[in-house]
Amino acid sequence: MAKAIREAYGEALVKYGRDNPDVVVLEADLSGSTRSALFQAACPERFFNVGVAEANMAAMAAGFASVGKIPFINTFATFMITLGLLPARVYGSYSGLNVKYMGAYSGLSDSYDGPSHHTVEDIALMRALPNFRVYVASDELNTDWLVKHAIESKGPMYIRLSRDVFPSVYEPGTKFEDGKGKVIRDGKDVTIAACGIMVGFALEAAKILASEGIDARVLDIFSIKPLDAELLLESARSTGAVVTAEEHSVMGGLGGAVSEVLALGHAGVPVGFVGLADCHAECGAYKELLSKYQLDVPAIAAKVRETVAKKR
Amino acid sequence: MGLTAERKACLEKLCGKFRRDVIDTLYGSQTGHPGGSLSVCEILTALYFEKVRVDPAEPQKPDRDRVVLCKGHAAPMLYRVLAEKGFFPAEEMKTLRRLNTRLQGHPSIKHTPGVDLSTGPLGAGLSAALGMALGLRLSNTGARVYAILGDGDINEGMVWEAGMSAVKFKADNLIAIYDWNKVQLDGKCDDIMPLGDVNAKFAAFGWRCLPCDGHDVGALCDAIDKACEPDGRPSVIIADTVKGKGVSFMEGKNTWHGKAIGEADYKQAVAELGGE
Repeated sequence: MAKAIREAYGEALVKYGRDNPDVVVLEADLSGSTRSALFQAACPERFFNVGVAEANMAAMAAGFASVGKIPFINTFATFMITLGLLPARVYGSYSGLNVKYMGAYSGLSDSYDGPSHHTVEDIALMRALPNFRVYVASDELNTDWLVKHAIESKGPMYIRLSRDVFPSVYEPGTKFEDGKGKVIRDGKDVTIAACGIMVGFALEAAKILASEGIDARVLDIFSIKPLDAELLLESARSTGAVVTAEEHSVMGGLGGAVSEVLALGHAGVPVGFVGLADCHAECGAYKELLSKYQLDVPAIAAKVRETVAKKR
Repeated sequence: MGLTAERKACLEKLCGKFRRDVIDTLYGSQTGHPGGSLSVCEILTALYFEKVRVDPAEPQKPDRDRVVLCKGHAAPMLYRVLAEKGFFPAEEMKTLRRLNTRLQGHPSIKHTPGVDLSTGPLGAGLSAALGMALGLRLSNTGARVYAILGDGDINEGMVWEAGMSAVKFKADNLIAIYDWNKVQLDGKCDDIMPLGDVNAKFAAFGWRCLPCDGHDVGALCDAIDKACEPDGRPSVIIADTVKGKGVSFMEGKNTWHGKAIGEADYKQAVAELGGE
């Protein structure tokens, strides 16, 4: 059984932060949910729970960063990108301060709490901020690397996490690189560029498609910004069609970012988007929501068929 | 504790020069904020010329004190004081707000030596200053953080979130100085957003409150000394000031929050400030 992303995150914070005196962790009264509580237990003197004051937390983080600390801020992604946006813009983006925004419970993963707690706009918002780097955790090993990377690499970052268990994608010992996508499965007929939970789903969809004679290449685009333009263009040219898959609005997220690269690179291939249509979802069980809003394995497979059919 | 009469006179003379120079700069630039720059003059002068431990030869020294001008629109006065302190040539004031300048419309750590935090959006500076204070404390530097708030900041909710947090975390190396000039962009605070008894509000949050005359450098220095005596609480100096202080027709007038200075007004302002 794979580990929940939030658990992998809390454990990684302790693993890499415990012995680094510069790492500080800020929390807005959700430590049991975000799992920053694990760091609190390990390093209480470097843990700051500000109560339900997300904007204050984000601005405090900038102050910590300006005096050489590496602040990780924790709350549900939806509150981070709304209440935390002003500090993100003026201190992280404009000033380049070394703040780490850890967006918990993203996508529809806080499913029962409903759209007020879902986050389907964060990739679009955060990648529009100059200097911010944007990542989407794709499994527990990738989450572990992202935390290590956030500590080691200076600069403002937004890292999209999840409440839930994702399908395991990587073997222990996998090497990740900033700005480099991973080819999870090779294929010649179509490229599925996915992020987050969709990476595991895309692999499942590829198996179904293979039985139908469609050989899909699956990419994990965990690094949304910087984006691996080289891999995307090469994949588009060699497979002739691209489908993006994300647990995010179809507007401005991974689909938007990939489309920018394909357009500027004159790829000229059919493109399809799997993502939340321009709407808000509703409450319900996570799997049922993903199914109803066409964010699951059958939805990816269907979008691939539709897109491949447009190939000349 | 306490400034000598000689030192006080020296600081007052500096304030006079800063006011004249800022009016010169703003007349030249035809853009920028005179009212709040003039009200914060003594606060910045007392800080940088008496209290704040900074070294222009090493602007990024890790254990230096920090100053956060939360009311970032008063940047012209901050820049003039930093120039006098030696962070950059005073000559550079002419470039304020012009293309390619190091002196941006609002303070920027990316552009200007001596600036400790980029500011401009009101309300966020006190939270950032608190983060700085806690970070400096973790590093055992003994450094203090001074956060200069304006009435606009006090309008913002985030200030009060920081107000609670600073008390919770016992940030007694955090000193807020409230440039209480009672006028905001659209009018008097009493008409736009009555601030009530800000002293009592901070006290209720658990802060040590130190009211003083914000145009008396001696009183300001005494209040800062008091705030520097650690007692487990953050301190706020409620500095009673006048918007546009020193120029009769700007005093207490919201219209001079951010207005370009015309020739006749410039001549009168310079005359009132004892210039040539």
